[in-house]
Amino acid sequence: MNLLEIKNLKLDFGAGAEALRAVDGVSLTIGAGETVCLVGESGCGKTVTALSIAQLVPTPPANYVGGEILLNGRDVLKMSNSELCNIRGGVVSYVFQEPGAALNPVFRIGNQIKESLKLHKPEKATNEEVIRLLKLVGIPAPESRIRNYPFEMSGGMQQRVMIAMALASEPKLLVADEPTTALDVTIQAQILELLHELKQRLGMAILLITHNLGIVGDMADRVAVMYAGQIVELSPAKELLRRPLHPYTRALMNAVPKLAGGADRLSAIPGNVPRIGDFPPGCRFAPRCPIAKPECSKKIPDLVEVEAGRWVRCPFWKTESI
Amino acid sequence: MIGGAILIVLYLVALFAGFVAPYSYDHLDTNYSFHQPILPRLQNFQLVVPRYEQGAAVFTYHAVAGDSKPVHFFVRGAKYKLFGMVPTVIHLFGTGDDRYPIYLLGTDQFGRDVFSRLLYGSQISLSIGVIGILLSFTFGMMIGGISGYFSGGTDTVIMRLCELIMSIPALYLIISLRATFPPGMSSAQVYAMIVIILSFIGWASMARVIRGMTLSLREQQFVLAARALGQSHLKIIVRHILPNTFSYVIVAATLSVPYYILGEVVLSFLGVGIQEPSASWGNMLTAAQNTEYLRNFPWLLAPGAAIFVTVLAFNFLGDGLRDAADTKSS
Repeated sequence: MNLLEIKNLKLDFGAGAEALRAVDGVSLTIGAGETVCLVGESGCGKTVTALSIAQLVPTPPANYVGGEILLNGRDVLKMSNSELCNIRGGVVSYVFQEPGAALNPVFRIGNQIKESLKLHKPEKATNEEVIRLLKLVGIPAPESRIRNYPFEMSGGMQQRVMIAMALASEPKLLVADEPTTALDVTIQAQILELLHELKQRLGMAILLITHNLGIVGDMADRVAVMYAGQIVELSPAKELLRRPLHPYTRALMNAVPKLAGGADRLSAIPGNVPRIGDFPPGCRFAPRCPIAKPECSKKIPDLVEVEAGRWVRCPFWKTESI
Repeated sequence: MIGGAILIVLYLVALFAGFVAPYSYDHLDTNYSFHQPILPRLQNFQLVVPRYEQGAAVFTYHAVAGDSKPVHFFVRGAKYKLFGMVPTVIHLFGTGDDRYPIYLLGTDQFGRDVFSRLLYGSQISLSIGVIGILLSFTFGMMIGGISGYFSGGTDTVIMRLCELIMSIPALYLIISLRATFPPGMSSAQVYAMIVIILSFIGWASMARVIRGMTLSLREQQFVLAARALGQSHLKIIVRHILPNTFSYVIVAATLSVPYYILGEVVLSFLGVGIQEPSASWGNMLTAAQNTEYLRNFPWLLAPGAAIFVTVLAFNFLGDGLRDAADTKSS
């Protein structure tokens, strides 16, 4: 049994005629100890999908229209409030994009980590355990650091504290929502290295949300590429990076500047991401797609397994044109 | 910070009122009605108070030359209970002789020492402000936090209720609420009643502000992070959102204390608050309503001066705290 199984998740913001579908039929599985990356542009539904795993999207305004999220075989969307509180932090932990904003500014970091322990491992809510966790995430001199306020630490240190909080309850799944976006490049590498190392040591699964394809290559076992609320390509990471199949993934890869290349103009994907609720008919990428055909705008293509473990939402994935 | 220093002195004196006051609040001396203030003089390196004798006209007194008694410190006097618990007879100063009284601020129509009553009154007047603030702000913060955090229908209901309370002029509300309590209550009951009335009126404006702050705070990522850790809604409000409003709340509380003190003064002044013979600044001022009295015995206004100083000190302190809490202004 997979640790996490998202089946055909559909989520609206608002209800009735004004409902905007932010997530449209996303299916994703994560096995124990696996690292899965969720890639896509801003506003494509990555974060909402990730928050849904612990039902953290406030309802209302959000509205789960269909699908299920099986965590250890149990549907999160049908859980009671107290069960959800046990799941959150207990089985699924989150690390967010802005460590400075995700820590409460008015409490010492030691107390914040201890709070996480109190919720899920009350017998271990001691200073010693907090220090052990801080050591685990590589914070020097944790004995004195536990008395620091968040603003006294650098962004990288704050993110380590966030990771320590997330790890306090020994979760099975760590959801990292763009954990390095707010950090500078050297710190990014350190944090990713830390996540990788912790994953090996603690054997937890990671769902890493990013729009940085460089991270994908370093971290991921599998990658899901999202576009406009749908997964357009799902594939083992190495194969995806070597040979992207969906035209959107290919365009994304082309848009990454390469060190080896000359001084070519950086290729960008023409047009803009369609606004939620304003999706084009048929394939949502069709208006921007270099290989679009008239029939692309008729019907949303299905996500089809075209090779072993490789799923693509494009019937023309064999067309080599870009 | 002068305000803070003044307040510390005031509250210390209120705490030790029984010790500092030479007389009890209900010590009657009808031979000395409307006595003018008696100030000790320095004589032969000793503080002395002269003996006063009734003059020819009513309520006029003059010192008897050559007849005086030295002022002693830590002198034995009337029995009282320090902090309401420790029975003792030691007073900070006095002559130890009833024929040589020290009326620092004179006496009222019953010959009661205004200075002593001012001190005993400060116990009530000063503590009502603080306790009232504690009650109404706790209440207001909780309600405001819940209102802002859950928003939607809960928010609408609570906020309309707040507006209902705020739309009624406070003074009428105070007096009509007072009417719901039975007459002839003991001093302690009246005290509790005043606190309840003032808090009942005060929580609404606090709740509104806290609700506004909560609306913005709950969108902060640390609230999401707390939820992702499995924290319950109530704990998120109490432990994560409300502490972030403290820098505002402390300033607002300091600036609001005067309104509670004045509220008590108003109630007592109108005769529906603290009842005689208990002393409060409000009911002491009742005695100073009469212009005749005011012209002849201006020391009866001493509680007014005390209120003035206290309110000013709280405002200074509040302004100082605001400057300290506000990092944006210099």
